[in-house]
Amino acid sequence: MSTALIVQDLKKTYSGGFQALKGISFEVQSGDFMALLGPNGAGKSTTIGIISSLVNKTSGSVSIYGKDIDRDFAAAKMNIGIVPQEFNFNQFEKVGDIVRTQAGYYGLDRHTASERAEKYLKLLDLWEKRDEQSRMLSGGMKRRLMIARALVHEPRLLVLDEPTAGVDIELRRSMWSFLKELNQRGTTIILTTHYLEEAEQLCRSIAIIDHGRIIEKSSMKAFLARLDRETFLLDLSRDIEAVPNLKGVAVELLDPHTLAVEVSKDAPLNAIFEQLSAQGISVTSMRNKANRLEELFVSLVERKQ
Amino acid sequence: MNSQQQFNAFSTIVRKEIRRFMRIWVQTLIPPAITIALYFVIFGELIGRRIGQIGEYSYMEYIVPGLIMMSVITNSYSNVVSSFFSTKFQRSIEEMLVSPMPNYVVIGGFVLGGVARGIAVGAIVTGLSLFFAHLSVTNIWITISMVVLTAILFSLGGFINAVYARSFDDISIVPTFVLTPLTYLGGVFYSISMLPDFWEGVSRINPIVYMVNGFRYGILGISDIGIGVAFGMVLTFIVVLYVWAHWLLKNGVGIRS
Repeated sequence: MSTALIVQDLKKTYSGGFQALKGISFEVQSGDFMALLGPNGAGKSTTIGIISSLVNKTSGSVSIYGKDIDRDFAAAKMNIGIVPQEFNFNQFEKVGDIVRTQAGYYGLDRHTASERAEKYLKLLDLWEKRDEQSRMLSGGMKRRLMIARALVHEPRLLVLDEPTAGVDIELRRSMWSFLKELNQRGTTIILTTHYLEEAEQLCRSIAIIDHGRIIEKSSMKAFLARLDRETFLLDLSRDIEAVPNLKGVAVELLDPHTLAVEVSKDAPLNAIFEQLSAQGISVTSMRNKANRLEELFVSLVERKQ
Repeated sequence: MNSQQQFNAFSTIVRKEIRRFMRIWVQTLIPPAITIALYFVIFGELIGRRIGQIGEYSYMEYIVPGLIMMSVITNSYSNVVSSFFSTKFQRSIEEMLVSPMPNYVVIGGFVLGGVARGIAVGAIVTGLSLFFAHLSVTNIWITISMVVLTAILFSLGGFINAVYARSFDDISIVPTFVLTPLTYLGGVFYSISMLPDFWEGVSRINPIVYMVNGFRYGILGISDIGIGVAFGMVLTFIVVLYVWAHWLLKNGVGIRS
């Protein structure tokens, strides 16, 4: 398997003196679907900015499919497509023109550019909107337009910076299946997101960045396997005043009719229900307090602070 | 990128730029034509008749080349400065920055867009001038090359202004406080040989004097400046501004953080 992206000892200090990246290094294998996570201000967008040439690095190196972004920038850029966090297209241009123009920037002739624009606008359900000014699109359509634009030169590596921010759940799920399919067809994908459920659903590997350093890099499976405890929320049939005593389980009464119980990942849940029944407490429903990745992410970031 | 791909990218920018100013033609092509038509009426017809001849030409005939050049200068400049600043403002410049286009393709595309608008407005103004004066071109090649080089020069100027600009105010400061005074004092309405020696010397520092006179030479066959000197100055300014623009883009000044 070849390497899609190699980031080595990347540092960035902004003109005001703020050190956004303190020497990060990581690799992304070809065909991978990687989540790049981190709290706000951790350095995710700076990293993506440097990879996509929108931010000047202070030192370090980046190579995309073996092409260094400094020494062989044209070949490196041919291999990468960027979907930024903010809308960055001309609001007065037509949807079709935006995608065709981007294809032209990558050296495609007019005929090929038109064919590709049609292909990706159709794939992202925007073909009917091709003659409308982009400012007339809804937020979700604008996000899809940026994905179509990033794909029009058919890059081998696609980087998405919070592509589903502010998108409703239905559209988010349709974007997930589109990205999964794209990845299955061979496109390497790097995704930053604040929806950790999204990262858990889509990504096979994970890198966590915090305070300008990579604090975790592993496969999603190995990362999640580290979670040895889980918290469940139990909805009770009637209000209670005191916290029930449950052996070997940490219990918290969140409100008179909701209990939070933290249990070992391998422990059977039957004992909890038996003990609650014995104390005259009935449970009407049960749910996870947070998704698994979120618990790990929070504990990891908090530990490093 | 191979040369064919670079050409495709270059022509994409040019088409986009032409599409932009044609889409808003009421703002980009009509106002300059009206402004210059007013110059023809007021300075040429009403006041010009009282001024009389300049050399062997009527005042109207004398100012027509300068007015055409003035419209080329202001429009090529304003096309690039507003278009490039707008791409910065809307962040659509990132579409170009993430692409593999070399910097000279980006600069060349915007410059040719500016040249296209400068020449389009220049052609409209030339057409209008035929209602007021008889025009016979003395040397077509000098006329065309001077107008194209001038449009290139001021398109580069607009590009540099847009790179440094941080607000819409910044893109109007240079045209208002630098370009307009230099144009009015650049021999559009008079021959610099009519000035006292000192002010004639000062006028020779003004680059627009060389362009207006070079163009006037192409049309009327008269000039305050040697034609070779005029071309030399314009080409020198083009080289200097291009190197400056390229350096700015390469280092991401005002564009990359």
